[in-house]
Amino acid sequence: MSDFPHTPPRFSATFTPAVNAEIRRAAASGIYDIRGGGTKRHLPHFDDLLFLGASISRYPLEGYREKCATDVWLGTRFAKKPIHLEIPVTIAGMSFGALSGPAKEALGRGASAAGTSTTTGDGGMTEEERGHSRTLVYQYLPSRYGMNPDDLRRCDAIEVVVGQGAKPGGGGMLLGQKISDRVANMRNLPKGIDQRSACRHPDWTGPDDLEIKIMELREITDWEKPIYVKVGGARPYYDTALAVKAGADVVVLDGMQGGTAATQDVFIEHVGMPILACIPQAVKALQDLGMHRKVQLIVSGGIRTGADVAKAMALGADAVAIGTAALIALGDNDPKWESEYQKLGTTADAYDDWHEGRDPAGITTQDPELSKRFDPILGGRRLKNYLKVMTLEAQTIARACGKNHLHNLEPEDLCSLTIEAAAMAGVPLAGTNWIPGRTGGF
Amino acid sequence: MQTFDLGAEGLRALNSSLHALKGQTNMTAWEVINPKGAHAIAAGVDAPVDITVRGSTGYYCAGMNKQATIRIKGSAGPGVAENMMSGTVIIDGNASQYAGATGRGGLLVVKGNASSRCGVSMKGIDIVVHGSIGHMSAFMAQSGNLVVLGDAGDALGDSLYEARLFVRGSVKSLGADCIEKEMRPEHLALLADLLKRGEAEHLAKPEEFKRYGSARKLYNFNIDNASAY
Repeated sequence: MSDFPHTPPRFSATFTPAVNAEIRRAAASGIYDIRGGGTKRHLPHFDDLLFLGASISRYPLEGYREKCATDVWLGTRFAKKPIHLEIPVTIAGMSFGALSGPAKEALGRGASAAGTSTTTGDGGMTEEERGHSRTLVYQYLPSRYGMNPDDLRRCDAIEVVVGQGAKPGGGGMLLGQKISDRVANMRNLPKGIDQRSACRHPDWTGPDDLEIKIMELREITDWEKPIYVKVGGARPYYDTALAVKAGADVVVLDGMQGGTAATQDVFIEHVGMPILACIPQAVKALQDLGMHRKVQLIVSGGIRTGADVAKAMALGADAVAIGTAALIALGDNDPKWESEYQKLGTTADAYDDWHEGRDPAGITTQDPELSKRFDPILGGRRLKNYLKVMTLEAQTIARACGKNHLHNLEPEDLCSLTIEAAAMAGVPLAGTNWIPGRTGGF
Repeated sequence: MQTFDLGAEGLRALNSSLHALKGQTNMTAWEVINPKGAHAIAAGVDAPVDITVRGSTGYYCAGMNKQATIRIKGSAGPGVAENMMSGTVIIDGNASQYAGATGRGGLLVVKGNASSRCGVSMKGIDIVVHGSIGHMSAFMAQSGNLVVLGDAGDALGDSLYEARLFVRGSVKSLGADCIEKEMRPEHLALLADLLKRGEAEHLAKPEEFKRYGSARKLYNFNIDNASAY
């Protein structure tokens, strides 16, 4: 042995311990990793934007005296009965099947108490969510599980799902552990099978067909319901323009931070664009068509706080949707279940094996015993509180920018902290008037 | 008999009138003239009425039908009787793509041929096609019965669940996890009933058909089956 110092162990930045662990896992199991949630990688996000606030050139509104409105109308383009929400934070589509019945009930309770909407998912409409949701958006998905004209008529809006941010171009997945008798019955499938929903709709292909499909849905519901079209963050300029052309009342745009009940980790982490990059393209498409604010834009994927809400709206969205954040508000990944997360080989705030149906918090499961742990009344109250806090936070920022409605926030209220965010959001780098790439257009 | 001139009065007026029949029983026979390939004719009807469309229809005729008997005296465009819940739809001519897609109940009869993806994702509907069907028919079909007096195109029953497929003629190819199965007495009885209700009992006998169904090998993921996906 030499007396010279040894070169200390050095880990590869390419073959990190996490990468190597995944290689070993794949080699041992022969199957890709499946998990729930959205991307976990670091991405340019709303954290890379700041509000400028008011100063001499703009004056603020008094925080506790001057009104800052938060309401939003959705579906004003064609629907006879557009939706009016008190707050611009909606609950994204999550299926009964992925979530327990009590969890769906809690989403309805919390959303209704806060004056907003909730959304069904890839499994049909349950009585729990219809009964407890004042405003319920009914998803029209490629699988058409449980689809029927009666539920179309008793919903408040219809969301034609083309894709979602966690997996643009991918279909649904619900593994056998969660296909209980009730879930199997609602989906007309054998119990216990691994259920993979189609990624394309069975009876239309492309925007021209979609236009006819939307017309059919309007005819079936006598043109009463707002019709949303939901797309994942793939090519938002063109997808938005085509959705408008196809007759959408509302475009729902879901960035890659948006969650899923279950899909391949490689899909979640490597397909789609961050929501920050998506919003300006969708807004530009609407503006180019003269339809901004006429066709409403709901954005989702990584919305966590009132600041995120305000930033999304400043970039031109009419409303936002939350999924993962709503589940956390209900109690998902709560450290109080840490000992049980440890037994599952994970830890609170990192648990993502929702597809296995063993959620200690009783939310992403069909296990009757685990589901009993979750109190839908308490969960609903927690969600209402969280939605109210987000709204208050967004109002606080809007007033500081001198805005008497959240919709009056604008890109000029923002600056970017990074060159990437400046380029993606179309917002100047802080302290400069530089927007990289702007001269080249989109 | 109520006669409705679609060319003169328009689609919205027609469907609005038909939807208003829910719970009514005094206007049970309707005739739609001048359909001229319009889309969504008689979509969303929920009443035990007889509707005869005198001509060919566009996309999604009889979409999500409940209870009504709808006869198309011509050919039907894509997605005829899509997601039908109950009732009967009878097409004298041919049907385009996705006939009976995701249908959950009722009976769809195509007296001519049906194009590709006939019965895609069907969920309980019965479909009787007097002629032949195109490729990828009964893709991901979950339940119900598809009877074809003629031939079937490529990839019949790909990724099939529990739907039963009966084909009298040739099958160009079977899709992933779709296999020929034994025709037992209960299937012959089922087929006899379907042929009768499908106005085809004079055209074919149950014994002339072969039965196809799911091998159920793809119901739970197995890496050794990866090449089938």
